[in-house]
Amino acid sequence: MKSLLLSAAAIAMAAPAVFADTSDKRIALSNNYAGNSWRQAMLQSWEDVSESAVSSGTVAAADAFTTSENQATEQAAQIQNMILQGYDAIVVNAASPTALNGAIKEACDAGLTVVSFDGIVTEPCAWRIAVDFAEMGRLQVEYLASRIPDGGNLLELRGLAGVFVDDEISAGIHKGVEENPQFEIVGSVHGDWAQDVAQKAVAGILPSLPEIVGVATQGGDGYGTAQAFAAAGRDTPLIVLGNRQDEMAWWAEQHAETGYETLSVSIAPGVASLAFWVAQQVLDGADVPKDLNVPFLKVTQDTLEETLAATPEGSVATTDYSLDDAKAVIAEAK
Amino acid sequence: MTRLFARHRILLPILSLAVLLAATFYMQPRAMSYFGVNLLFNLAVPIALATVAQMMIIMVNDIDLSLGAFVSLVACVTATFLHDTPVLGVLILAGLIAAYAGLGVLIHRFELPAIVVTLGMSFVWGGLALSILPSPGGTAPPWIRSLMTVKPPLVPMAVVAAVLIAAVTHFLIIRTGIGTVLRGVGGNAASVARAGWPVLRLKALAYALAGLFGVLAGMALVGLTTSADANIALRYTLLSIAGVILGGGEFIGGKVSPVGAVIGALTLALAASFLSFLRLSPDWQIGAQGAILILVLTARLIFTRRDEQEG
Repeated sequence: MKSLLLSAAAIAMAAPAVFADTSDKRIALSNNYAGNSWRQAMLQSWEDVSESAVSSGTVAAADAFTTSENQATEQAAQIQNMILQGYDAIVVNAASPTALNGAIKEACDAGLTVVSFDGIVTEPCAWRIAVDFAEMGRLQVEYLASRIPDGGNLLELRGLAGVFVDDEISAGIHKGVEENPQFEIVGSVHGDWAQDVAQKAVAGILPSLPEIVGVATQGGDGYGTAQAFAAAGRDTPLIVLGNRQDEMAWWAEQHAETGYETLSVSIAPGVASLAFWVAQQVLDGADVPKDLNVPFLKVTQDTLEETLAATPEGSVATTDYSLDDAKAVIAEAK
Repeated sequence: MTRLFARHRILLPILSLAVLLAATFYMQPRAMSYFGVNLLFNLAVPIALATVAQMMIIMVNDIDLSLGAFVSLVACVTATFLHDTPVLGVLILAGLIAAYAGLGVLIHRFELPAIVVTLGMSFVWGGLALSILPSPGGTAPPWIRSLMTVKPPLVPMAVVAAVLIAAVTHFLIIRTGIGTVLRGVGGNAASVARAGWPVLRLKALAYALAGLFGVLAGMALVGLTTSADANIALRYTLLSIAGVILGGGEFIGGKVSPVGAVIGALTLALAASFLSFLRLSPDWQIGAQGAILILVLTARLIFTRRDEQEG
């Protein structure tokens, strides 16, 4: 996991070792939206990695395009334009899992490599780098079990009702509890991935709950949960966090005061750089399975200080993936 | 020169498209091929159909703010019912066209502002689309898919389709008697009524035609994308209005040009591609698209003003 935390500078150093088979290839990023901090960090990560890859001669070009209106028909036209512009591969974060299929089929038929990530597409000819949200939930309970072998009562923070990501993570958490029957979920509230909503929701349910030993969250809700426990005058349970800057800052503070330790896990916006290297590997002729999983970005006590320092206020922890990381992800999927 | 442009309103849209096309070919020579032209324009085919639908409404002095949501709904129906149970699918689509005719009756009978009614309807269409396809999916009926990806000899599908749409609607609206009367409703509804024409039915017919072309737009779109989602065509509302105006149409007076509308739709689609070839930042693209629109409209205004002055 440590290798995932390589900085962009390290990637620049690693790049010249790549075979030059793709040195004349051009890769384009088709992105549908740039309006939040996660997407901004994602575009930044693409820029960092592509810049060093181009300057080291790994690829000839790696240009990023973002549609102005976040509309599937607009992105479909954008992808068709990329075919005309003569790109060899298109890396796409899709506005719709299905509405781009026609354009993506056109790209495949024209001999282009298409790699989708985060917002993946269902067209079979494209590669998919998907997020295993259920595993993200299960992992949390596994960590709780390693820290609290005797088990106890858990509180579950859920996301925005009706969104599939919320269902997936929650299903994973419940699966984890099934595997670790010493735990019992005694309460479940919707924090909508927002600290203020989470704080209100937890404050509302706390008086009715017995002693809580651990909290499973979905990210963006851990800090609010901690505040609610503190306001109610209860002991701070083991809260699994979601890589947000405010959550990590709170964790560092708690650690300094009481030696509090926990785990933080989420998806890094730097997954764009992973998609870049996967596309490069496909162009290089490597045997890459069509379905890959995004590795989680875990922050542990050892990496907390470093990660927190690198994360701007109000943002989320990220990492730029290297070619070796991509190879590891590909090997894992085989 | 100015009089030539003013007399033949269609010349300016044609010239705009030609200039933009030349600039695009210059920027991206790869586009200058059978394959390239098809990629440039195939997604403009549903936009052209939607623009013709919008033109039918503008022709009778109304405006349709629900068209994007309506096309999205049609796309959802096409990718689900029309694929799984074709008979039911056809019935639903026919029902949607009837609903559009009903809207026309409602708006005329109770003298409601079309802009409000259609804005309200956009939420109805959007809600229906969401209930049919809560999450993106569905499959395009194979015959639509093969129709939209057909490779005719010499001229690509997108061009053939655009010419066909322009020719059929030109004949319908400009050449036939009923088309002339329909434009008359926009020009002077009172005199059309005094001449003995049932204006209510004419409006219903104009709206039904809009519904029909809206349905065709949704079906063509699904043929290209292979599946649908409930928000797939939301931007068609504004694109279609811009297309009509860019093609030489006017908001009032029944002054519309079917050929111009199709050309306007192609120009808008091409403008987006051109800006993307320029590598313009997305923050500037919407603004630049607006600038192109304003530029063409200004040119038109200058020509028509000059003509009026010169008499």
